[in-house]
Amino acid sequence: MNQYPAWKYLLILTILVVGTFYALPNLFGEDPALQITSTRGFAIPLDLETTIDDALAVENIKYKDREKQGNRLLYRFNSTEDQLLAADVLKKALGEQYIVALNLAHSTPGWLRAMGGKPMTLGLDLQGGVHFLMQVDMDTARGQMLDRVVDDIRTALRSEGIRYVSVRREGNGILALLRSAADRDRTMNIMGKDQSLQGLDVKEVEAGDNFGLSVKVKEQQLVELQQTALKQNITTLRNRVNEIGVAEPVIQQQGAERVVVQLPGVQDTVQAKKIIGATATLEYRAVDEANDAFTAAQTGRVPPEARLYNRRTGEPVLLKKRLIVSGDQLIGASSGFDQRTGQPQVSVTLNGVGAKRMLDFTRNNVGNRMAVVYIEQKPGGHKIEEVISVAVVREPFGKRFQTTGLDSMNEASQLALLLRAGALAAPMEIVEERTVGPSLGADNVAQGFKSVLIGFVLVLVFMAIYYRVFGLIADLALFANMILLIALLSMLGATLTMPGIAGIVLTVGMAVDANVLIFERIREELRNGNTPQASIRAGYDKAFSTIADANITTLIAAFVLFLFGTGPIKGFAVTLSLGIITSMFTAIMGTRAVVNLVYGGKKRVGKLAI
Amino acid sequence: MKILNRKTQLDFMTHRKVALTLSIIVMVLSIASLVVRGLNFGLDFTGGMLIEVSYPSAPKIADVRAHLNDAGLDDAVVQTFGAASDIVVRIPPRSEEESDAELSTLVLNALQVGVEGEIIMRRVEFVGPQVGDELAEQGILAVVYAMIGIFLYVMFRFQWRFSVGAVAALIHDVTISMGILSAVQIEFDLTVVAALLAVIGYSLNDTIVLFDRIRENFPRLRKKSPIDVVNTSINETLSRTLMTSMTTLLVLAALFIFGGEIIHSFAFTLIVGVMVGTYSSIYIASTVLLQLGVSKFDLLQVEKEGAAVDARP
Repeated sequence: MNQYPAWKYLLILTILVVGTFYALPNLFGEDPALQITSTRGFAIPLDLETTIDDALAVENIKYKDREKQGNRLLYRFNSTEDQLLAADVLKKALGEQYIVALNLAHSTPGWLRAMGGKPMTLGLDLQGGVHFLMQVDMDTARGQMLDRVVDDIRTALRSEGIRYVSVRREGNGILALLRSAADRDRTMNIMGKDQSLQGLDVKEVEAGDNFGLSVKVKEQQLVELQQTALKQNITTLRNRVNEIGVAEPVIQQQGAERVVVQLPGVQDTVQAKKIIGATATLEYRAVDEANDAFTAAQTGRVPPEARLYNRRTGEPVLLKKRLIVSGDQLIGASSGFDQRTGQPQVSVTLNGVGAKRMLDFTRNNVGNRMAVVYIEQKPGGHKIEEVISVAVVREPFGKRFQTTGLDSMNEASQLALLLRAGALAAPMEIVEERTVGPSLGADNVAQGFKSVLIGFVLVLVFMAIYYRVFGLIADLALFANMILLIALLSMLGATLTMPGIAGIVLTVGMAVDANVLIFERIREELRNGNTPQASIRAGYDKAFSTIADANITTLIAAFVLFLFGTGPIKGFAVTLSLGIITSMFTAIMGTRAVVNLVYGGKKRVGKLAI
Repeated sequence: MKILNRKTQLDFMTHRKVALTLSIIVMVLSIASLVVRGLNFGLDFTGGMLIEVSYPSAPKIADVRAHLNDAGLDDAVVQTFGAASDIVVRIPPRSEEESDAELSTLVLNALQVGVEGEIIMRRVEFVGPQVGDELAEQGILAVVYAMIGIFLYVMFRFQWRFSVGAVAALIHDVTISMGILSAVQIEFDLTVVAALLAVIGYSLNDTIVLFDRIRENFPRLRKKSPIDVVNTSINETLSRTLMTSMTTLLVLAALFIFGGEIIHSFAFTLIVGVMVGTYSSIYIASTVLLQLGVSKFDLLQVEKEGAAVDARP
């Protein structure tokens, strides 16, 4: 007699019901949607929905349904055209305080969603989007840090009235040359106290007639620098991505100096790359009024306190080396039109320190000119430095002011966006990019689905012909296996990629292996003259350890793949291992339950249809 | 329905020397092909940029090349991809002068020249040179670690001779699969590494099933020679081996034919690997096992050995 106790049937049934339930959301499609969030992460005010409804009503755009999910509003539309139209309308209507992001919202019914049901997430290769791997240029970041320390040492010496021969970078450290031993002692004393000069190793060194100090940045300080630079860059990238408007971006640290950025569903990839990859900042500097820029440019003789820059037109400008305000003191920027001239402009807001410095400068320099330098860091350490405006200071100002002299409104809004999104702490370079256009994504889904379906049907037919009733039972198990696998992938929130689909296809092929092993054993037992009931029992028992061993070794290979694989390869490893686990359950317990139900109860079974 | 209607009693092992010689010759040829022709490394390992675009109608390749030349991209390689209206442009890694964003824009603009209607960007892939090296290193490490893990597991579940046999079969499969990839110059990218690891998993599956039967048969057929035991075991598992290979090949064929261009290399590698893997688990794993002098004592005394060690003063 082959019978399972009632609890086993119940367990199998429960697992199947739960599995079907969680696999169900994948049957419902996706709606084109817009996701509205506050730029600063505030809660959505109550009247916002009315504002949006009114704006959409004016343009006669209908939406399917709207809902509030925590700090975001979600509007579903009937078509992509409506969605794109609405996005334009809402971006204008809501201004820069809100982010309007295109999104695909799954249309799982509410009761399913309430119980945690959600469909599988599609990978970038299936829904289209951008994947970047960015590397922080730590050498440049270190160099920048040394430059800052050099500046700080000079400032400290100047304010203490110590005259020095030179303070400059040398290799990985800094060399300060002083005139006397007493000066050197005082310098060391100052450096011990100064807040901005902590974390340094200071040593006395021989330096000919002078008295030298060698300054090195401590290793721990460098590590901290690296960590903060990376963290700040991630924050900056997140701000920028928010500006683009992406519904579910991934921005993650990978290793010590890399960041992964994934933007699913982004259509305009060139624009996205431009905004993410840019390292722009502004500097406000005084124009050197005492010297003539053209003469300096022609003779090449630049006064020591100044530097030669170029305007966009190519015209040279001499600017003072001392900085008034730099990009990191900037807290806000927005674009608009100058009300008097109608020219595009960017309104800038500074933080407390910046505002004070700006006020100090403008108070003493009314009537003088001030220039804005736009600096963009390019990969490989190149820098674009451009003077974008030179304007006369008409009255003292501090916290808020306007920058004009931009070519177009488009440029103004781009600049405002970059300023608002902040400067990167260290330059970054894109070391890997994978962009999939939406049309290829759709093709991949179609082809992936087709190959799974065809492979699946072929195996079903083949098994049914080869093992007859037992083949049909194995087919049932294979079907259950697919449902469980999809349910697991959905529940775990795993991302389905093209290699992931390949993993599913391969699982289908290999999942039947367990059943083949069992059925071949049963056939063998029958050939050896055993009764049908005994053959079934022996077949399942003897095949079990083989199946376990074979599957565990495959799991080892899949696990290694998961550890070493990146991105899409991981997807393959995940589906393959989950498929192996679910197939063990369905092929052994599942088929046994059905076989027991069909044959188990009978005292005498004449012949097995195997 | 049955492929093998009666109990088969084919004498596989008398031909084992022939099979082994054949395998060694093919392995040497594979290595020769790998050395001489090399693998057709894809973007993942070489670095560089790949841009796939879809034209409204099939363009002339020569025209596309000319436009790219005009844009100063004379090192670009142009190919059709699947359909005639799909074009892939490959650009070898360059100096750091240009950022990747500018390069892809440059290419897309150059491709648009003289085309009525709009070309559609299908995908852009860019891999920096340092990343390429890392990916290659990770791929090799993955294969090596998988083999070590498998060796240890088989040693724990069976015995060291079985471990050597299993891993020898895996090395055989990977070498020949890669040799064939090199001979037909299939593009070798990250998905192919994944496929090779899946081949390892699959071939191993087959080998373990056979080993399991050998382990079971040694005590049962106590009077028979190891060669006979291996032979009987192969015959007993033969219909299962063929059946599973068949279902797996069926789905792989579906993947190869309907899965699209991106998955081609992957499906091809697996198809080759599954066939080689099926052969190797019959001939290589068990031949190595016999060459190493496996006998019934290897499996029977495992527990006693352990006890003897424990009992030592």
